[in-house]
Amino acid sequence: MSGAPQATAAATARPRSAFLVAGVIFAALALVPFIAEVAGGAYLTSLAVRAMILAIVAISLDLLMGHGGLVSFGHSAFVAIGAYCAGIMLTEGIYEIAVILPVAIGAAALFALASGAVCLRTSGVSFIMITLAFGQMVYFALGSLAQYGADDGLTLWSAPDALGTKWLASKTGVYVTVLIALIGAWALVHRITGSRFGRVLRAARQNPARVASMGYSVFRYRLTAYAIAAMIAAVAGVLWAVHASFVSPSLGSWQRSGDLIVMVVLGGMATRNGALIGALFFIVIEEVLSSITHDWRLIFGPLLILIALYARGGLVGLLDRIQGDRT
Amino acid sequence: MSTTLILIQVLNGLQLGVILFLIAAGLTLVFGVMGFINLAHGVQYMVGAYLAYWGYGVTGSFVLALLMALPLALVMGLILEFLIFRHLYDRDHLSQVLATFGVILFLNQLAKVVFGPASLSVPPPAFLDFSFTLVDGLLYPAYRIAVIVAGLLVAFVLWLVITRTRIGMLIRAGATNPDMVSALGVNVRLLFMVVFGFGAMLAGFAGVMAAPIFSVEPGMGDNLLIVAFVVIIIGGAGSIRGAFVAALLVGLVDTLGRTLVTDGLRLIMDASAANQIGPAIASMLIYVLMALVLFWRPEGLFAARAAR
Amino acid sequence: MNKLALTLASSLLGLASMATAEVKVGMIVTLSGPPAALGQQVVDGFQLAIDDLDGKLGGQAATVIVEDDELKPEVALSKANSLVESEQADFVVGTVFSNMLQAVFRPVTESETFLISPNAGPSTFAGRNCNPYFFVTSYQNNQNAEVMGAHAQAAGFKKVFMIAPNYQAGRDNMEGFRMHYEGEIVDEVYVPLGHQDYSAEIARIATSGADAVFAFTPGGMGVRFVRQFRDSGLADKVQFMSVFTTDETTLPAQKDAAEGFLAAGNWAPDTATDESTAFVAAFEAKYGYVPGGYAMQAYDAAMLINSAVEAVGGDLSDKDAVRAALKAAEFTSLRGDFAFNTNHYPIQDFYQLSVTEREDGAWVTSVGEKIFEGYEDSFAAECSM
Repeated sequence: MSGAPQATAAATARPRSAFLVAGVIFAALALVPFIAEVAGGAYLTSLAVRAMILAIVAISLDLLMGHGGLVSFGHSAFVAIGAYCAGIMLTEGIYEIAVILPVAIGAAALFALASGAVCLRTSGVSFIMITLAFGQMVYFALGSLAQYGADDGLTLWSAPDALGTKWLASKTGVYVTVLIALIGAWALVHRITGSRFGRVLRAARQNPARVASMGYSVFRYRLTAYAIAAMIAAVAGVLWAVHASFVSPSLGSWQRSGDLIVMVVLGGMATRNGALIGALFFIVIEEVLSSITHDWRLIFGPLLILIALYARGGLVGLLDRIQGDRT
Repeated sequence: MSTTLILIQVLNGLQLGVILFLIAAGLTLVFGVMGFINLAHGVQYMVGAYLAYWGYGVTGSFVLALLMALPLALVMGLILEFLIFRHLYDRDHLSQVLATFGVILFLNQLAKVVFGPASLSVPPPAFLDFSFTLVDGLLYPAYRIAVIVAGLLVAFVLWLVITRTRIGMLIRAGATNPDMVSALGVNVRLLFMVVFGFGAMLAGFAGVMAAPIFSVEPGMGDNLLIVAFVVIIIGGAGSIRGAFVAALLVGLVDTLGRTLVTDGLRLIMDASAANQIGPAIASMLIYVLMALVLFWRPEGLFAARAAR
Repeated sequence: MNKLALTLASSLLGLASMATAEVKVGMIVTLSGPPAALGQQVVDGFQLAIDDLDGKLGGQAATVIVEDDELKPEVALSKANSLVESEQADFVVGTVFSNMLQAVFRPVTESETFLISPNAGPSTFAGRNCNPYFFVTSYQNNQNAEVMGAHAQAAGFKKVFMIAPNYQAGRDNMEGFRMHYEGEIVDEVYVPLGHQDYSAEIARIATSGADAVFAFTPGGMGVRFVRQFRDSGLADKVQFMSVFTTDETTLPAQKDAAEGFLAAGNWAPDTATDESTAFVAAFEAKYGYVPGGYAMQAYDAAMLINSAVEAVGGDLSDKDAVRAALKAAEFTSLRGDFAFNTNHYPIQDFYQLSVTEREDGAWVTSVGEKIFEGYEDSFAAECSM
């Protein structure tokens, strides 16, 4: 895939400015609750939480797409799995987050290993379509759960307990937790992609035969990446359930998976901050534009087209060019 | 489950398959020859339907609306190609996904702004506005038969063009090895433009044909797009023959599946559980079919070349 | 546009805004995609009421903010937060769809803002989870189907074929039909939401021996199903009964294909009260299309709010007083008799409706026989309010 050499260069070059950018973003996000006290209130913090949760999922997808070269059109299914694990357990009276999280992560990992074993036999467009197929299966399956709201979704009446405390029942508690989770996800993926695992994954994206001939099992590396990405997405799903107090099958729809792909590409694939910036940009622009007009897609659509045409390497690539090439 | 019902369902499945073929044909050509993932193919189908609606409003005749819609759909496709898509042929699939996604958002919204959000209808042409009696009390509209016939005709013409003409040979060559075709001195740019424009026209034609059966609304192409992709994956990218067989197969599996799955489940579980699980499984059937095909033949049934 | 600037300004002017008496209503409806037609009716109906009240609610200047939930739960949630927190809305009117209502329910009610639904009436909030801040001016979702079932029973249809989309509202409506219908249900088919081609299902109807079909196929689904049903010739042999399938949002596309089809509801454009006739005339004059139940219920919601604000003299700070005023429902509903049950869902009359052509050529529903008077929903008993 063209664009790969740039991506690898960006992944390894200029780490300091990438850290700086990430640091600035996280600091800004940390300041949001304080700004919200003055203006914006729960609307602003709620918007920020939603953007952060999506950023977590986008980061996990970038591990797969940008570094692994695996374009999953069914990634949002893992978010839905995580969210529904939380939703069902909360509805059935299991409130402790320390129990909910492992179950959600475990369920996502199981489904990832099972579906990944099938999907990873294919590549290219076939991989895209078969991940879509599995995503659709999750979507339809969740929509058939009549006792848990089916397509209408499930309203959650209680917040989970955090190790016995009511930390997650307060808006502040949720905000801090999500921000920490975002930083954690970013750091985790940063470590993974910088490690030997990440290098093998990227090499396999560019030339699987060569990597296999070196003795690595490409399949196993990819399956591991697939499962890791799924587990991170499931955590985001649990966080969504806690934040919105509501889960619905649409969390796992193909439209949502498509949005995620757009976010990652928009931001810049296989860059340190691409997925993060892409997700935040997508949400913020959507909100800003939709407050101007209900027909905001008339503006957003062409914006995406322009970015696709002229901003190679996505927004991060654009930022780099504005900063000037200092390598 | 009477044989009459099964026979009728087969007919219905074929008709759905034919419409799917009309949509998938353009898509598979563009993807097979140019390696271009055109997510906007679904909105090109929608554009055809809206052009039919508008044309009918202006002329009062379905046939005239069809004749007006086709060149306009072609022009629309060429404009998109010229403005946006031709800059993306060399780029990676994901930039193409991003750009075509933007096109979908824009055109769906434009349709809503221009024509309003409500579902609109287009009546079939007067000379086809009658029905055949299939069984006592059940009529099958002649228009649907006409759609099947039209689809088969298009399939035949496409087959002729692809296998018997020079341009068809270039298309087949381009689907097998575009670099070689270019190296042999063929104006690949022109070839791409022709293929793309033709694909857009096919999608538009499908939209016009579908308008009297389905309703015309913004976003009508989005779900069909996904199914069309399933069709070309099963059939094999770049293969018209594959698209034809796969479309009919998908149409039949979907239609018969819906009929049989819930009934089958009712044999093993009680009615309300069957009514709950049955439709969910029925919706998944075409994806299961695709997964099976990919397992057995990852390039699709009639691939033009080995898996990309 | 800048929400931040706006909220900053409004917070700084917070004290001042309490002095200038004003009522702010935020609306969350679906204005994207094909269901946008329903959202548009709600907005137009509400706005007409505001116009009829000279831009005031309860004598106070009224501001209406309209938000589009795009049929996406996260967007609905975001807009709800915006209306309640940034805009400090006094009332939130929404939503059109039940799953959107589920998404915004907790944020709005927990902020002690009154949530008034002009359409969605899921059973979830009619029973155990009824809420002091939640009112419905439409009906409980199952009720129209229950009425249709009662009519089917009374009219003597022996075998009914049921068809609905495979989501909660679909199942609720099928269940509702069964409540009063005692004949044989020959088949119950669930199709995917947004299903296009009903030839398979129509073939099943033809071979099932049913003498009537009960359908819940809203929006574009209804347009397609009705036209395909008519084209198949079954309309003469099998009576078509439905809810939310042949209404003023779909009839402009269905036209004569729906002639003589039956439906059930609480109102039709030819409901014979003075207020209703004036409403329909004014609506058509202003917006150029025929209002359906969605617009009527939104108009009633505005009148309800108007009566409540007036009753408390414009002072909305005493929530209990506002609630009592809302419960009293001291306004003239366009549909005739209207009162709230203990769960804040309406007690109203229901009729059998049929599709006819008006003298001016428009296709509309028309009121037929009254099936139930003062009909309550079946979940009120579980509500502890």
